[in-house]
Order: sequence, then C-alpha cells, then structure tokens
Amino acid sequence: MDKIGVLVTHKPLPYLEQELTRRGCRLFRLWESPESRRLEFCRENSSEIRAIVGNSNFGADAATIDALPKLEIVASFSVGLDKVDLPKCKERGIRVTNTPDVLTDDVADLAIGLTISVMRRIPSADKYARSGAWKKGEYTLTTRFSGKRVGILGLGRIGLAIAKRAEAFDCPISYYSRSEKPHPNYTYYSTPIDLASNCDILVVACALTEETRHIVNRAVIDALGPKGVLINIGRGPHVDEPELVAALVEGRLGGAGLDVFDNEPHVPEELFALDNVVLVPHVASATIETRTAMADLVLGNLEAHFLKKPLLTAVV
Amino acid sequence: MYAFPSHTAASIPTSDETPTSDLPPLLVLRPLSDTWLSALNAKFTLYSPSSPLSASVHAALISGAYNRVDPALLDQYPSLRCLVNTGAGVNHINLEECKRRGVQVANVGETHSKNVADYAVGLLLDVMRRITMSDRYVRNGLWVTRGNYPLGSKLGGKRVGIVGLGSIGSAIAKRLEAFECKISYLSRKAKPTVSYRYIPNICDLAAESDILVVSCALTKETHHIVNKQVLQALGKEGIIINIGRGASIDEPELVRCLAQGEIKGAGLDVFEHEPNIPKELIELENVVLTPHQSVFTPEAMAEVIQICIANFEAFFTGKPVITPVVAD
Repeated sequence: MDKIGVLVTHKPLPYLEQELTRRGCRLFRLWESPESRRLEFCRENSSEIRAIVGNSNFGADAATIDALPKLEIVASFSVGLDKVDLPKCKERGIRVTNTPDVLTDDVADLAIGLTISVMRRIPSADKYARSGAWKKGEYTLTTRFSGKRVGILGLGRIGLAIAKRAEAFDCPISYYSRSEKPHPNYTYYSTPIDLASNCDILVVACALTEETRHIVNRAVIDALGPKGVLINIGRGPHVDEPELVAALVEGRLGGAGLDVFDNEPHVPEELFALDNVVLVPHVASATIETRTAMADLVLGNLEAHFLKKPLLTAVV
Repeated sequence: MYAFPSHTAASIPTSDETPTSDLPPLLVLRPLSDTWLSALNAKFTLYSPSSPLSASVHAALISGAYNRVDPALLDQYPSLRCLVNTGAGVNHINLEECKRRGVQVANVGETHSKNVADYAVGLLLDVMRRITMSDRYVRNGLWVTRGNYPLGSKLGGKRVGIVGLGSIGSAIAKRLEAFECKISYLSRKAKPTVSYRYIPNICDLAAESDILVVSCALTKETHHIVNKQVLQALGKEGIIINIGRGASIDEPELVRCLAQGEIKGAGLDVFEHEPNIPKELIELENVVLTPHQSVFTPEAMAEVIQICIANFEAFFTGKPVITPVVAD
C-alpha cells in the first residue's frame, strides 16, 4: 500500500496506525482538524486520498465523499455502517467494508454484563462499599437476573449471541425482527411494542437504519414499564433519548444499561444521579483482543483492494 | 428493615404460660422483616431469644450474619433438634457438634446458587470490561474532557478455574460456558459427571487459568486456600473473583498483589473482616468491591421463606428435613 493516501477520521488504535504507516500509507488525520475545517482538510488533500478508515462516530457522509474524487474504498472500523452514505458509495463505485463477526462476542458479553450490572446495581454497590457506608448498614435488595424474560430487537449475529448467553441463565428468549427466524425455542413478536410488553429486559441489537431510528419510543418504553430494563448496545438514535431520560427520572422505566447515546460523548446529566442506570462510553467492542482483530480486518480489506484481490468483508 | 420478633406481638408468648396457639413453636435467632414475620406467624408460634420458653423449643431459624452455632449456643438451647439456616454458607455452624447432639441442620438447597452465580459472572464481566470504572468515568464528565476509556479484556476463550464445584460453582460454570470460557475446577474429589477438566492442585489450577473463581465453602481446609503461591501462579494477567467467603483468600497478600500489579484485577463480594474493606483496595481501579450482596434479591428471599417453612413442617411431622446440609 505504498504511498496510498488514507484519511483516518478518528484517533486510531496505535497498532492500526503503526501498521498503516509500516505498509507505506500516507495518513491524513481528520480528527486533528476542528470540525468546521474538516471538509476543507479533505479538499486540500483530495489528490492523494484514496481510502477512508472511518468508525462509528465518523464514517463517510455525502459531503466528505464529494470532497474526495479519488476515493476508492471506505474501510469502517465498526460493524455498523449508519455513518456511511451507502447509496452514494454504490453510485460512485466506492467499496465499503466493515468488521463483522470479530466483535460479536464482546458486544454480546457487554450486553449481559450491563444487564447484570443494572439489575444487581453493581456500580452502586461498589460505590457504597468504597464509601464506608457498609459499616453503617446493609445495602438494599436488588433484582434477580436469572429466569427473567429477555426480549431482543434484532436477531442477527449479535442478537443470537446475546440469546445464547441469556439462555445459560435460564432466561426465556423472545425477539422482534423484520421477519420470523427459524429459531423455534425463541418466541417471535411482530412488533416492538408486543415484544416490550412481554419481556422484563429489552435489548437493542439491530442495525441503525431509517426504519429502526427511534424503534424504542415512548410507547415501547411504556410497554416495558416500571419494572422493565432497557439495554442499548446498538446506536443512540435507536432510542428516543429525551423520552428515555424522562421515563427513568420519573420511574416509569425500571432501569437502563446504555453503551450508546445520541450525541456521544455527551450523556444526559439527569441520568448521573440514578442508581438504576449504568452508563458506559461506547465500549462494546473495546477490548484489546477485539480492536486488534478489527484493525486486522481493516488492514486486510485495504490491502486486498489495492492488490486487486477479493475483499474480506465487503458490504458495497 | 429487620428486627427480632417483638415481645408485644400478639403471636409471641411473653411469659412461661403454655401458649394458647397450637402452631408448633419456632425459635427465631435472627432478625426478620415483616414479610418473614407474616409468613412464619401463619404457621408457627414464634419465640425470640429473650423468651423464658426459648430453652424448650425444638426448632430454630438461624443465619450466619447473626449466629455462631457452637457448643455454647447449643447448650443455651438444649432442646433444639432442628436448625434451618437462611444464607448460602454454613461455615458458622459446627456441623460435627450438631450431629453429635442429634440436631438436624438444613440450609435452603440451591435457592441461592442462581443469584450468587449471576453475581459472580456480573463481577467478572465488570472487571474484564471495566463497567463500574467506566460508568464512574462517564458520570465524572471525563468522556467529554479526556476521550475514550482504556480498553478492557475479552472474556471469550479465557481459561476459568473454579475453586469448589458445588451447586454455586456448577451454576457459574454453566453460565461461563455460554461465553466460550474454558472451564477447569478443583474440588475435594473429581466429578465424573461433568465435562470440565479436573485439576487436583490449586497452584496448578491457578497456573493454568486466566481467571480464578472462589466458590467453595469455608472450612479448615479452605481457609486461605488462595495464598501467596496461588496468586503468583495466577500471575500478572490473572483475575480473581470471590463470592464465597473472604477468609478463603489471604487478604493482605491479595491486597499486596493487586496494589503491586502482580495480578491484574479482582471482583470481591466478600472480605475477611466485613464490613471492613482494606483501605488499599478502595484506592484501586482494577477491582470491583461489593458489600456481600450476591444472594440478596426479593425473588430469592421469597423462595428462602418457602423452603425454610417446608423444612420446619417436615421436621414437625416427624420427617427428615428437605434440604439437609450436604458436605460435598
């Protein structure tokens, strides 16, 4: 990949940056420019940039693609492609790759970790223990996880991995999907509201598209109810965030474990005082093992493209 | 929330008159919530330790948080023939002494296993994926000012060594299999019905594990079973989870290893001197510390009440208790 110009939209994993450099790429670090200057930065370097390495925060929108006439491939450091203008890429003949499968386990692990964390209030119990309050009295009862009904929005790779883990806790599994899947052990519901009405824990595990934006809205939150728990390891815009915050603050929703938000890294501060909420900074794939594997996929896809070999994980 | 049955409660005799109720008499040696009291009052005549009739009662409800069942206690209540224990562990009960005196001892069977196993997995995921620490990071506004939190560790594929494969250890193993962990275990004897690898020596188990889970009963043999050698064998990348008893681990040694980076992290629900937690642990970011919480959910409490009642009813109808303590 000698002398190929690569626009890196976000501060990358050091291993990825080293490898791109070692293979001869010329890196253009978009995240180092202030937001208002970014398109200009692209235009200034457009004669060299032939590839973009994007992520879940900044992929390749229409304006960026238009500013880069020599762009050939967008290799996203994510499995979600909601930040890549796929129709535009198709129209321009630009290839798009993502990082499926390598992060499935970590994301599913975090979904379960967040669930137990919320229901058993582990962060709050940890705070209690560290504060010395334990010397004055016992912590409160928390809610059992085992055996609770788990409802999954989206039964793709990640949804199935979550189901498999939850089954080990004797949780009955139900799901919503565009169409019923061949999983007789899991109960299918044809609407998100029906799913929410019939589960104790609702997990968002579908891709973000026009159809799934705000799939968790006020009606679904109400159906989940004051004993229900919402877990979001999808994308912030899957959930109507102001409605979610109001429901949690008012006690109309039992709890939430959130890895993603509308406007990361900003998290609604009304949630900070709540014990029944666990907030983590978009870490579902954030392990050294998985990020390295994701980097290897990005590198593999880029190399395959520039060597005119078949791409490893092409979506477009 | 919890109190000893009150002397002024109508159902509890306050003198040495014979009780007017013909519900079987039950000595209550631990404080109870209203939920407990109303369930028990429906079936038994409750006596508190201060009642003059307490020495004549044959059955008692106990808990490790409040009672030590030793010769002194058994002398104090010489008519006891049945004890039902509400918690998960029985290290506070002198089982040989009870056997010698013909006192049946029951616990609550596998009721606590699910909650404790869930909590063990929760603590492990928290330590590996830094859930509590990154939650704190977010709430302190640091995601905005400092950027991303440092990376965690993947759980899938890791080798887990379970110290004590009883009801709780088995429930933990079943859950971790779904996360694609490789399970090995130590127990007094190998269990031919399980597919996990048996490693009879705890240092070997630690050496071959990325994660050590302590889920054994506390006995003379398991006191400080996790000691300096075991922690060294577990090593710099090793994680330890304890949902058993604090004294199964040499706590000062554990604290030293954590503070000096000789093991990578720990999730601890139990400590040697509860409710005191070593100050050095409180300052560490690679640990999750919880105040002996693993059993406490309302679902379990409801089941515990029912099982305790069932055990007492069996005893009072001349049958053996339903969930006798089984030393495995």
